[in-house]
Amino acid sequence: MTDEPATSEPPLEVVAEPARPAPPAEAADIPLLRIEAVVKQFGGFRAVDRLSLDIRAGEFFALLGPSGCGKTTLLRMLAGFETPDEGRILLDGWDIAPLLPHERPVNMMFQNYALFPHLSVRDNIAFGLKRAGMPAADIRTRVAEMIALVKLEGLEKRKPDQLSGGQKQRVALARALARRPRILLLDEPLAALDKKLRESTQAELMALQRRLGTTFIIVTHDQDEAMTMADRIGVMDRGRLEQVATPRQLYEAPASRWIAEFVGDINLFEGEVASREAGRLVIATRDAGSIVVAAPLQPINKDVVAVAIRPEKVKLSRRGPASDDADHAHAINRLEGVVTDVGYLGGLTTYKVKLDSGAELRSSMANTARIDIDAYSPTHRVVAWFTPDDCLVLEQ
Amino acid sequence: MTARPRSRMSRFNVSALVLGLAFLYLPIAILVIYSFNASKLVTVWGGWSLRWYAEFFNDRAMLDAAWMSLRVAAVSASLATLLGTLAATALSRGERFKGRTLFSGMLYAPLVMPEVITGLSLLLLFVALNAERGFWTVTIAHTTLTMCFVTVVVQARLGKLDRSLEEAAMDLGCDPLRAFVSVTLPLILPSIVAGWMLAFTLSLDDVVIASFTTGPGSATLPIRIYSEVRLGVRPQINAICTLVLGLITVVIVAASFATKLTSARGEGAAPL
Repeated sequence: MTDEPATSEPPLEVVAEPARPAPPAEAADIPLLRIEAVVKQFGGFRAVDRLSLDIRAGEFFALLGPSGCGKTTLLRMLAGFETPDEGRILLDGWDIAPLLPHERPVNMMFQNYALFPHLSVRDNIAFGLKRAGMPAADIRTRVAEMIALVKLEGLEKRKPDQLSGGQKQRVALARALARRPRILLLDEPLAALDKKLRESTQAELMALQRRLGTTFIIVTHDQDEAMTMADRIGVMDRGRLEQVATPRQLYEAPASRWIAEFVGDINLFEGEVASREAGRLVIATRDAGSIVVAAPLQPINKDVVAVAIRPEKVKLSRRGPASDDADHAHAINRLEGVVTDVGYLGGLTTYKVKLDSGAELRSSMANTARIDIDAYSPTHRVVAWFTPDDCLVLEQ
Repeated sequence: MTARPRSRMSRFNVSALVLGLAFLYLPIAILVIYSFNASKLVTVWGGWSLRWYAEFFNDRAMLDAAWMSLRVAAVSASLATLLGTLAATALSRGERFKGRTLFSGMLYAPLVMPEVITGLSLLLLFVALNAERGFWTVTIAHTTLTMCFVTVVVQARLGKLDRSLEEAAMDLGCDPLRAFVSVTLPLILPSIVAGWMLAFTLSLDDVVIASFTTGPGSATLPIRIYSEVRLGVRPQINAICTLVLGLITVVIVAASFATKLTSARGEGAAPL
């Protein structure tokens, strides 16, 4: 299904990249796109700061970050609308940084779609093909193919202002894909859609990407969107990549405290390493007493650390885990407190528990039963517990 | 008060409206009506007639002046539209160049410059250059006068146009020039047309600058009318003025339609 001719193998594999984790085994071949120590400054402000990244052919990659983190600037450099001040952007080993947008085998889907208002849906999609000098008969076939691909049959003659938001989004997608780009860049492609449509469009984009095999690079500030769609996520902050990982790694093993707090909800307790046993660390925290955590793979060098627990890993009960509970033996960490806040979200319920130390602990539990006699209300006294494996140790 | 339908106007409002409109349009209405006057005397009504129109079309000198005016207006409007559009593009699309603010200030200065000064300075220039005054000097003078109006109209449109449209065109294989021609130009065309019409009408009714820069034997229609009126108003003048009025009305209405078309397209251009 892929139309990536994985042929030309540029001899550029030896470039050392210090700030990146070792690539997974399947990425041993040369990446489709290699971003090398790219810098972009606006005035004195470094929008992108010595950023390096490899993207494999056929990958669905998400650039995630708060607004102003430089992710859009990076995308615009890939499209050719900005030129890097330093560094190289290698596509199949060729430096494309000096090329103008129209000379790159890369297409972009714009955040506001940027459909040409004076052209019909068909002419919008055919625009890039005409520029490429494709014969008229081939253009007709390709446009029909693209229209079928994004399910816009019957709307070919409409002008963009006669389309709904979702339809515009599809036209923009079809137009960007029509030239069969090596890489499709998507700048916040779903930001303008309402929630329901966004979810169904996410699924469609993923299916489409799998079917075409085209490499997708998406920029988003919406972590759910990135987590749902991407094979790998690059989290950016202040022009740098903080972590590049799969959605699961990013969530369960964030590289830093900043990422742990940026991606999803998390409870953080600061403390010092009190003792080190085989496979276990005991952290003496200020707010939650001693917490036993599983020793991380990388040795902890600092003494002052933070223990991080995701809310859904924290279980609540009135008396702690029942003795016949399978978790009982592992549920070494117990904290007592009073429920202060309950948020019912349908699928799950979130609780805020004020610990006896005064600190706040968040917990979320799936509502697996329709009638839950164990639901807690504010002022209920509860025991919150979690296992050492549920905890992360983060050096600042 | 609240029981009153909102559409009904008070007596005061109605009379204010009528008086206001009369103040603005009564002189023009009188001029138009008297252009159909059969009497030889301008102020005495002698029944309906098209006689003065016929007389105008037999008046060689007057027809020459009208033809001169139309030519000057058409050529200067076209030049002004070309230059004005280029200036607007440079201002809103070009890289930030040194002296950009000064450039835009100088571009807009003729908007507020007293026409006498513009006319006089151009006259001095033409005299210094020893240029023969006539069609081209008036045309050049009108181009400098009307260019800034075109720039204002086109720049307003360009400013509202989504930059990413051009970027999308470049992304899809256009070099910057092609992107401008195939995407930007069709979208700003209505405002370019509106700018042209504005320049055309401005040139058509200008007396001051034309009187400074024209030469013997190449009087424009307004100058001709002005010099005739000084010798006494002939009913024929009314007929000519009515024709000019009609032409300008047509052009203005067309220009406003063009602008409306622009904003209708603009909705599609900036969905967010």
